[in-house]
Amino acid sequence: MTEDRIAKFEARRARLEQLSDGELKARFWELCNQLVEPMVDLARTHTSPSIERSVLLRMGVDSVTSQGVVNRVLEAGLLGKGAGHVVLKVAEQQGVDIPAAAALILEDKTVLQGLFG
Amino acid sequence: MTKQLDPKQKLDIEEILTDLENYHPPRKGWTWREAPAEGVDMGPFHYRNMSKPLKNSIGLPASKYFDAIDPQPSCVVTTEIASGRFEDDIRRMRMAAWHGADHLMVIRTTGQSHIDGLLEGTPEGVGGVPITRKQIRASRKACDMIEEEVGRPINFHSYVSGVAGPEVAVLFAEEGINGAHQDPQYNILYRNVNMYRSFVDAAEAKKVMNGARIFQIDGAHNANATAKAGWLVMPELMVQHGINCAFSVAVGMSKDLIGLSTVPPNAPPAPKLWYDLPYAVALRDFFSEYKMRAQQNTRYIEADIEEAIRTHTIDTLISMLTSADLQSTITPDEGRNVPWHYNNIRGVQTVKQTWAALDGIKELLSINYEGPLGEMARDIKIRAVAFLEEIIEIGGYFAAVERGFFVDSAKYPERHGDGIARDGNGGVAAGSIVPRDPDYLAPVCDHFGYNALPEGVVTHACDLIGGCTLCKPEKIVYIDELDPEDSADKRLEATYPYRKGTLVKPEAEWAGDGTILTQFFVPLPEDFAAAYGVEMGKRLGLEDPQVVNIQVMHPAEGCFVEVKGKVTFDVDVRTLRVPEKEVILPEEELRAAVKQLGLTVVAGTVGEDEHSVGLREILDIKHGGIEKYGVKYHYLGTSVPVSKLIDAAIETGAHAILISTIISHNDVHRAQMRKLADLCVERGIRDRMILIAGGTQVNREMAAETGLDATFGRGTKGIDVVNAMVKALKGRGVL
Repeated sequence: MTEDRIAKFEARRARLEQLSDGELKARFWELCNQLVEPMVDLARTHTSPSIERSVLLRMGVDSVTSQGVVNRVLEAGLLGKGAGHVVLKVAEQQGVDIPAAAALILEDKTVLQGLFG
Repeated sequence: MTKQLDPKQKLDIEEILTDLENYHPPRKGWTWREAPAEGVDMGPFHYRNMSKPLKNSIGLPASKYFDAIDPQPSCVVTTEIASGRFEDDIRRMRMAAWHGADHLMVIRTTGQSHIDGLLEGTPEGVGGVPITRKQIRASRKACDMIEEEVGRPINFHSYVSGVAGPEVAVLFAEEGINGAHQDPQYNILYRNVNMYRSFVDAAEAKKVMNGARIFQIDGAHNANATAKAGWLVMPELMVQHGINCAFSVAVGMSKDLIGLSTVPPNAPPAPKLWYDLPYAVALRDFFSEYKMRAQQNTRYIEADIEEAIRTHTIDTLISMLTSADLQSTITPDEGRNVPWHYNNIRGVQTVKQTWAALDGIKELLSINYEGPLGEMARDIKIRAVAFLEEIIEIGGYFAAVERGFFVDSAKYPERHGDGIARDGNGGVAAGSIVPRDPDYLAPVCDHFGYNALPEGVVTHACDLIGGCTLCKPEKIVYIDELDPEDSADKRLEATYPYRKGTLVKPEAEWAGDGTILTQFFVPLPEDFAAAYGVEMGKRLGLEDPQVVNIQVMHPAEGCFVEVKGKVTFDVDVRTLRVPEKEVILPEEELRAAVKQLGLTVVAGTVGEDEHSVGLREILDIKHGGIEKYGVKYHYLGTSVPVSKLIDAAIETGAHAILISTIISHNDVHRAQMRKLADLCVERGIRDRMILIAGGTQVNREMAAETGLDATFGRGTKGIDVVNAMVKALKGRGVL
């Protein structure tokens, strides 16, 4: 395996040595961009507890409450909807503002039931 | 807005903490220095790579010979400050800013990377500061005051890493943090955060940072601080930089906000330049669209401060031969302890001194790309490209990490098998990412990725909630303290007597910590020297004495030893007696008095002493000596017997005798001074002769002790001597 790797490298080197400095640089960036594509896709289509807490922070919810709300949302299997989305729905449904909706989720987790039909 | 600082007053920490809940940063985003293309003129010199000077600053020690100029490098200069207590760090930030740092980096407390959420309040940290809203808001507020004082914007910086990256990024954006480390590879390799979580979080964090124009620094340099042979991992470093840059751009970060954290990987006694220069050249070629944050080497720092400084000088030379948008500094004591106040300053001085010395070096010297340098640079680039090809061949980045491709200490493609391998299903926060549903929604700005915003309803995502905190700072929720027992208020209470009272203790990191360092030579072999160091510290009354550095001068003859320890006593500042500053009479008055009397002196270096420079500077008009004020002098030379000077003084009718005495062996300088006074008394001329002595080991207090009229030490100018003579003559009623 190791020898195979070294042999492959030597073949690559022989090929890359034919490239001009400019071509070598272009190749470097082409490969970097190709390499990060799947990671960018993963990020575009997924979320995480920290991302959702960061959304709640931006909605004017304090850090301690954000932590609790995201845990509740996660338990309810609703993180894929977006924690901000959940809080916004609760706010609309209960007729309260965002911070109050977030507090409500902590007080009473039944407010999450049937939220998305 | 912020109160103006008075350079004569200490920072008022309590005042900074007052009304913090209503403080919002007056500006956001990164600031570069202003470096005029035509260069900068300062004192007698023209500089080519300098930025605008500061309003208030402290120059290098030698600047007093050059009109007190303090040239400021064209690049941003970084210092890292993190003692665990932000209230002490902000005082150090002020000192660092006065010495030329404008990028102040706060290291986080140990373990914060693994805390899944934000911390609040002002708890004490270990090896860094727990990054919280209150802490960074207070620090930023202090920076706002300090930048006014020095006359240049300060970039405040910390870390958007770990499992709470997106939240930290939002916190930083809200609080006007100007720069941050962000690199998902760092989380994976060095913090064992799950790889998928790291990249998903990084995309959000980078998007938020971009929105607030927070400058990003990557984490690639950790590979050469971690790998056993840091200078062999150069192809990998290029790959790591490339991945973070490409990923950052792909998620929407502007290229001018992306910096590479790059370290010259080698250090003497290695032939450093043969490794570091080709690497620096290769990197700057491939990454020409990105900023270079040139860091100094930490991998090979030992406990010896001077060795670290010498390596860092060469690191800075490499920056100047190639390029650096930011020149970071490493405190030279990093190899022995958590950095101390004055070592931050030393780090900054290393850059300032090197930069001034090598100003415009590229106009004088050019890099020779022909020959070995060009070949070596190209070799690194080819290996980096081959590295990337192999990663793609085996299935991509995540597969490569699982197979231990990174931080292997062999030179690619060789393998030592000591790379850091991580399991995709393992690590901190494994399995914590969730696919977004088709109706996923995040009603806030600077959010990355899929977001099912109602079509045509909103222009900004946050319109759905009437504005987010990034648009409406008044929506930010400020939490003061969660644990009042572990808080800045408690600590400030304890240190009050040292900050605002009259008690004094030396300090290395924290107000009143009492830490001092002693340096000495002891004629013992290494083991005994260490034992002696501790014993000596104890007998000096130091608490917890520890040997922090030993250098063998000779295996049997002895060692240089440094011992730190804590002073256990307080000194009350009210008991200190400060000698009154001598008031110099106005120049015109001095000249008039000299003229009226036709003031004449005889002068010479006494004893068996051939030093003449100091006395000539006191005498000659060229050096601003007494001649400049009209004094006539008879200079008798060096190694002059005291009696001969007295004879000459009587013969020429001189008013004064000036002796210089440099050699102080066996107190011979004191003996010569006494002899002058005694002989004049014997000869009956003491009351009509002004007697003055000077020398490097002489001080003002010695006059009374030796029976002379005035005595002078280092830094004395001709005017000081004329002033003393005129005052003495007035005292005697002659004038």
